[in-house]
Amino acid sequence: MIRLEGAEARRGAFWLRADFALARGAHLSLIGPSGGGKSTLLNLIAGFVSLSAGRLLLDGREMGRAAPAERPVTMLFQEHNLFPHLDAAANVGLGIDPGLRLSPSDRARVAAALAEVGLEGLGARMPADLSGGQRQRVALARALLRDRPILLLDEPFAALGPAMRAEMLGLVAALREGRGMTVVMSTHDPDEARRAGGLASFVAEGEVSAPAPVSAVLDAPPPALAAYLGAQEIARSAAIRPAT
Amino acid sequence: MKTMNLAAAAFAFALAGGAAAQEKLVVYTYDSFVTEWGPAPKIEANFEAVCACDLEFVAAGDGAALLGRVQLEGAGTEADIVLGLDSNLVAAAAETGLFAPHGLTPETDAPGGWADPLFLPYDWGWFAFVYDKTRLAEAPSSFEALIEAPEDVTIVIQDPRSSSPGLGLLLWVKAAYGDRAPEIWEALAPRIVTVTKGWWEAYSLFLEGEAMMALSYTTSPAYHSIAEGDETKAAAMFDEGHYMQVEVAGMLKGTDQPELAARFMAFMLEEGFQSVIPETNWMYPAKTPPSGLPEGFAALPVPAKTLAFPPEEARAMREEALAEWLEALSQ
Amino acid sequence: MNGAARPPAGLLVWLAGGAALALVLALTLGAVALVALRAEGAGALTTPDLRALRFTAWQAFLSAALSVLLAIPLARALARRRFPGRGLLVSLLGAPFLLPVIVAILGVIAIWGRSGWVNDGLGAIGAPRIDVYGLPGVLLAHVFFNLPLATRLILQGYAEIPAERWRLAAQLGIEGRALFRLLEAPMLRAVAPGAFALVFLICATSFAVALALGGGPRATTLELAIYQAMRFDFDLGRAALLAALQFALCLGLALLAAGLSAPAALGPGFGAAPERWDGRGGLARAADAALIALGALFLLSPLLAALLHGIPGLGAMGAGVWPAAGRSLIVALAAAALSLALAGALAGLIVALEARWAPAGRLTEALGLLTLAVSPFVAGVALFLALRPLISPVSAALPLIALVNALMALPYALRLLLPPLREAARDYGPLAASLGMGAGARLRLVWLPRLRRPLGFAGGVAAALAMGDLGVVALFSAPGAPTLPLYVYGLVSAHRLEAAGGAALLLAGLSFSLFAAFDAWGRARDPA
Repeated sequence: MIRLEGAEARRGAFWLRADFALARGAHLSLIGPSGGGKSTLLNLIAGFVSLSAGRLLLDGREMGRAAPAERPVTMLFQEHNLFPHLDAAANVGLGIDPGLRLSPSDRARVAAALAEVGLEGLGARMPADLSGGQRQRVALARALLRDRPILLLDEPFAALGPAMRAEMLGLVAALREGRGMTVVMSTHDPDEARRAGGLASFVAEGEVSAPAPVSAVLDAPPPALAAYLGAQEIARSAAIRPAT
Repeated sequence: MKTMNLAAAAFAFALAGGAAAQEKLVVYTYDSFVTEWGPAPKIEANFEAVCACDLEFVAAGDGAALLGRVQLEGAGTEADIVLGLDSNLVAAAAETGLFAPHGLTPETDAPGGWADPLFLPYDWGWFAFVYDKTRLAEAPSSFEALIEAPEDVTIVIQDPRSSSPGLGLLLWVKAAYGDRAPEIWEALAPRIVTVTKGWWEAYSLFLEGEAMMALSYTTSPAYHSIAEGDETKAAAMFDEGHYMQVEVAGMLKGTDQPELAARFMAFMLEEGFQSVIPETNWMYPAKTPPSGLPEGFAALPVPAKTLAFPPEEARAMREEALAEWLEALSQ
Repeated sequence: MNGAARPPAGLLVWLAGGAALALVLALTLGAVALVALRAEGAGALTTPDLRALRFTAWQAFLSAALSVLLAIPLARALARRRFPGRGLLVSLLGAPFLLPVIVAILGVIAIWGRSGWVNDGLGAIGAPRIDVYGLPGVLLAHVFFNLPLATRLILQGYAEIPAERWRLAAQLGIEGRALFRLLEAPMLRAVAPGAFALVFLICATSFAVALALGGGPRATTLELAIYQAMRFDFDLGRAALLAALQFALCLGLALLAAGLSAPAALGPGFGAAPERWDGRGGLARAADAALIALGALFLLSPLLAALLHGIPGLGAMGAGVWPAAGRSLIVALAAAALSLALAGALAGLIVALEARWAPAGRLTEALGLLTLAVSPFVAGVALFLALRPLISPVSAALPLIALVNALMALPYALRLLLPPLREAARDYGPLAASLGMGAGARLRLVWLPRLRRPLGFAGGVAAALAMGDLGVVALFSAPGAPTLPLYVYGLVSAHRLEAAGGAALLLAGLSFSLFAAFDAWGRARDPA
């Protein structure tokens, strides 16, 4: 589980404050405008942004100062989740051993993980030869092997088409349920949050609202969220995808 | 100024205005001659005062490069006179066929005299090892004494392949020891801290304390004494005698100012030139001016014996001496 | 590249690159050919020449290998640590390399010489003294010169690993050797061979340093033989032959290095400042701190000695020093601008060639290093011979000095610009093409911002080298208008060693300031 107690982080002039807890196996969608603090919150939990005040507990242990790799966390970024000079299987294999010393049984696990995300037989492909969706699947396959209880997703599917997004969300949901993972995913698409289910928080101007069921948040939005959603509706009606 | 094209000449004429009638004499020399501390500024003023001409010194590189520059330019050179050839280069310079006889038979004070139809000396000096009296109480009195001296009596020398003093030392040992030269070099080898490209590096290393003595000139202490008021430096006087370096100038065949050039050659041994030499070039003037030598010079020790090869012989000797030197120091 | 946008950008790349390459070839191979043509009869090689070739190759190989091998851990430590004074230290890495030769020799000797600080220290504790003259001295001096250069080159390689890769590695817990293999080794594979070739070429043409610290004629390099043939014997045939030999050695090595170097393919990033999460353990910190301290001590102590040596002469430099400095400054700025333009054009050509036929790109890359292998004496004489029928070389002295120095600095600029340009072209070329950006827009909006850091460093190196040049200057010195190095040399020949020391210090200071100003511009957008 994730618990933030009076947690604060600064990045230049930007200031994020978060104070909430999330139970094991939950799914939390972070909704809000670009620059509102979604990524900073995820980076704070993953360890790429350091805590300037408060506490961060992951699985009940204080983790505010821990190095990224020490945390029970896997984070998927929107892009750059793979090393471009390593093939898909090697990128997945890094989830087992960062030195890539893999035994035959490790290789079998890599192949199985690739198959689990629907990439059977594509282990020899280089990232450049994979589609955007396939690249994210490779990253997910690695997350499977790393087997960390917390999965953070930073607008991971924003670059994908609608059908692919739905498919990827289904994959994430299956992983969460099958392995009891806690998932935090940022998005600026309310539909994506709705489809993912679970809880949602509105993140804007460095403030994180308390997690609440996603339907409750979206059906009766607080004024700031309502304003944001309105903008989304207008954008969608004009058939323009918001810039990522 | 033959190579200057017409347009440039016209432009120069326009710039020069009424003074264009003045004749111009171009003298190629080595870099240090033309610096503000070198002899050129004073000599230029002195000559122009008597010749009603425009004397221009052109720095054409270091000493050895000077002859190369004239050879590169060949008969089309702008130079009327080349000043600054080392006596060891005289034979090579004569062979180029670019120089004209000067037609003078002046008396000079260089030991052994000087008689060459093409080149006239303007200064000279003896090579010597310079040491610091505060660091070395008793300097060796010969190459053999240096070989026998305590281990910490070390020297730094210049490479004969890139430096005139270096070549001078090569010929010095050859002149003093003849066929025994290789043996002397082998025995000297442990004393040689290092060999440098030029005088600057060697002398600087000596001043920094890396060696007890550096190859330079007997006149070097005069510089320290006159210019710096430093009396600690002295030249080690060797019983074998000291090799002499003579610096000469020659007139080019292709000069378009033969008369002016001849006047300059004659002027070179007059007071207006010679009195400038000691305290700017730190060498002995080829003909001591009536005003005499500066005090620091007069007090310098004079070697018991002057060693020198005639130009032709020096040239013939060089190849072999160099091979011996390389052989002895590459062990 | 997208076909629609190729004509405007493409044509310019071929024309500018072709012109730059032609200029390089003219001043290198052309120069040797011209000198050989002018010679009467072919020269012959002697046994000492072959000995010189062997020594040249051996000491250059050792110097380059040591410099690069030592630079890797130093750059690695510097890349992942942030500490007060780091920026200054990184800037000072440019200093040894820019020192006038004599100042550098005296600096190294003041530390390592017979009466140097190290021997004083050893003597004080009763330990046996060390004698550096010989191969150790040559290597010591060459490493002192080139370790900082290699470190900067590798440090730039580190800076070009995208921040996203470090972040991903941190998340996956990739540390130590695994991290080295995964991220650092591919980068080194791309950068180190070029750095090695550059240092090799610099050391292969060393002369005064190798001789003075080599202790005698055993340390004879080809460059000394060329100097002897050119200056003392005026044997142009032999000079041309030796210069050709030097070329063959350097070109062979440059080709080998170009062949060994594999593009890093670490992919594009968003250009954010790389933040590092590895090496947080106490042992790693202590090791890095020790490395950086040792490196700084090795590099800064001779600099300090050189500084102390020059200070007493500062008051005696004479009034002519300032106009001379002004002339040198103008030459330096012109050479830097020209050098960057040439390097940019040549790098563009190489990238364009590589896209069509890789070996042609490799060959051009190796040829681009060649100006370092040409003896300044040969180049100067050839230029003199070529220009004399057209203009008076002396009247065009300053522009010629700027041109020749721009070409001499070209290999550094090329070495620095090529890898990032290659990556920028690969990662952003299609984007630029699809946006229909013309050559000017690409230059202004893509290349210049992406290449800011190497441009700053390369410009600084070119300016400083041109500032301190003496080799080429000598043939073209205009009467009464000396550049600063020539002025220093004039002081020396007038026996004014103390004043010369002061003026040499001024020269070194100006060179370094110029370098630091360019470098600071290049790094202005870097993290602290």
